[in-house]
Amino acid sequence: MTESTAGESVATQTPTKEALLSAQGLQKHFPITKGLLKRQVAAVKAVDGIDFDVYKGETLGLVGESGCGKSTTGRLITRLAEPTAGKIMFDGKDISHLGTGAMRPFRRDMQMIFQDPFSSLNPRHTVGTIVGAPFHIQGVKTPHGVKRAVQDLLKLVGLNPEHYNRYPHEFSGGQRQRIGIARTLALKPKLIIADEPVSALDVSIQAQVVNLLEDLQNELGLTYVVIAHDLSVVRHISDRVAVMYLGKIVEIADRESLYSNPRHPYTVALMSAVPVPNPRRREANQRQRVLLTGDVPSPIDPPTGCRFRTRCWKAQDICATTEPPLVVREGDAPGHQTACHFPVADNEEVAGRTAAA
Amino acid sequence: MVVGPDASISDQVPVGQPPAEAEGPQKAIEGRSLGQIAWRRLKRDKAAMAGGIVIILLILIAIFAPLIVNAWGYDPNSFHQETMDPATQAPTSTFPFGSFDPKHLMGVEPPFGRDIFSRVLYGARISLLIAFLATLLSVIIGATLGVIAGYLGGWVDWVISRAMDLFLAFPILVFAIALAGVIPDKAFGLSGDTLRIVLLIFIIGFFNWGYMARIVRGQTLSLREREFVDAARSLGARSGYILRKELLPNLVAPILIYATLLIPTNILFEAGLSFLGVGIRPPTATWGGMLSEAVRYYTMPHFMFWPGLAIFITVLAFNLFGDGLRDALDPKTR
Repeated sequence: MTESTAGESVATQTPTKEALLSAQGLQKHFPITKGLLKRQVAAVKAVDGIDFDVYKGETLGLVGESGCGKSTTGRLITRLAEPTAGKIMFDGKDISHLGTGAMRPFRRDMQMIFQDPFSSLNPRHTVGTIVGAPFHIQGVKTPHGVKRAVQDLLKLVGLNPEHYNRYPHEFSGGQRQRIGIARTLALKPKLIIADEPVSALDVSIQAQVVNLLEDLQNELGLTYVVIAHDLSVVRHISDRVAVMYLGKIVEIADRESLYSNPRHPYTVALMSAVPVPNPRRREANQRQRVLLTGDVPSPIDPPTGCRFRTRCWKAQDICATTEPPLVVREGDAPGHQTACHFPVADNEEVAGRTAAA
Repeated sequence: MVVGPDASISDQVPVGQPPAEAEGPQKAIEGRSLGQIAWRRLKRDKAAMAGGIVIILLILIAIFAPLIVNAWGYDPNSFHQETMDPATQAPTSTFPFGSFDPKHLMGVEPPFGRDIFSRVLYGARISLLIAFLATLLSVIIGATLGVIAGYLGGWVDWVISRAMDLFLAFPILVFAIALAGVIPDKAFGLSGDTLRIVLLIFIIGFFNWGYMARIVRGQTLSLREREFVDAARSLGARSGYILRKELLPNLVAPILIYATLLIPTNILFEAGLSFLGVGIRPPTATWGGMLSEAVRYYTMPHFMFWPGLAIFITVLAFNLFGDGLRDALDPKTR
């Protein structure tokens, strides 16, 4: 992302808007090998050159359908995966290729919330051991001992501190996710990457956890990168939203700007997939679904030019030859960047729209 | 600020109403670990508990064999020629099968009249000692290599996996027979039975680690992908910490289950080697060796009965216990 376009307009109002995390040309290709000699024949281009900044204190939502590279992006930022190319700057320092040892001090400031609370807690450890693990691993001394610190953390996320000696299997999904959140908070990180933090939870519990995340952000001044495929969750929690498609960011904008005025055809299609619970409102708004045809192309051999062109109703010749840059399009708010040659206009009649069944 | 004592308290724990004190003398909340739950399940499994009790009895018998024999029987290797009919080489005892005699509980062995009861007791020592130590050796080698192969992957996994294949394809019986012929009576500063026992433990244990390694490797492969491993890595944990603190506690169950099922296999294998004459050499009492000698007196099959029964009970007890343990530790497989 070009720093100037994003920062300019808001810089006057909030001068503290500095990037805590910045990804530049970030790539992750998983090699496909063949034969005894493990010759590389191709690569899955899971993340193929993305740029974005995360500003202090904000929440950046990362949305897209399955397999578009959201989770890989999260794993690259937290350096659970080694980037193939590109740069990750955290707090002004380049962490793109640091080893386990060199990465350790940065881990205190950058934590991850995992998707599946049934897999992210070791079933053989007590809650006390799990939430206390960050102190042991990082060798952090706590003023009143680890047990006290863990119990305070449990209180903070709304669990009974008396449950210190219990095991994960004695908790419900929502409670387990709270335990996971307590663990990520232990080292007082600056940045939390939440990889689908609520998608494995009951809908009734999702709101609780989302609200907990928001409360903690207000209280502790956290910065979030929330990866999700649930557009309503992202809308609720995010300040800015980035839409990914096939390893690329196709549109990035402030929440209001993106939801009220989606410019990329893919974003339009994605937004139209959000169900409207009230049928009367659905008709009143003339909301009709944009039904995309075909499947997501293979990330092994993505389409030339614009990656969405194979499913786009507006595609023209130029889309196949020239990859559209991610820039601010005419008439958009500053910071609203779209990677499309023919962005969707406000009152445009969208071809391919069909009445929702 | 996060972990301070005044950190914000949630709706579940309202301010000014400390829950711990309110509940007063009620005992503190104690979680039940998966191990405790498994133990409860195991206690309900009658067959497994019976197997477990028999195993404990067998171990006690093996340990205290000299005391029991002192109090009740005869030295396992002393001859009691007076009990044998020199003409027919059959026991002169009038009790059925020459057994249940108050003097010789399980009768005497042809042709020298050695006391079967004390020989069976002493045979338990050899069988259990070899089976336990050989299993221990397999577990140590197999679990270590398996967890390393599964966790590290790549060429390390390739090398270890091929080594597993090699050992699994190894004709261990042929090798054991060949080795028994080559090994002298004195080697490595050991001699006689001690040398033979060490050799058998080595052969059985060292060539059986492949199965163990495969199971542990498979489990590690699936555990490695669990998010709690990623969570530990994202906290900056080193590989050693992840292996010991995160993976190993989850591998204890499969290792334990497979070890209890490996022990009876090893008992049978040791008995087989002794039967073939390449295990422990006579006159030292072993169950396999007793069977082998009894074969010569096939007209009097009751000499085969007692060592055979001992092997049968031991193997059955371990298998029942192992199955029960698997059901208790891994209820998903039921």
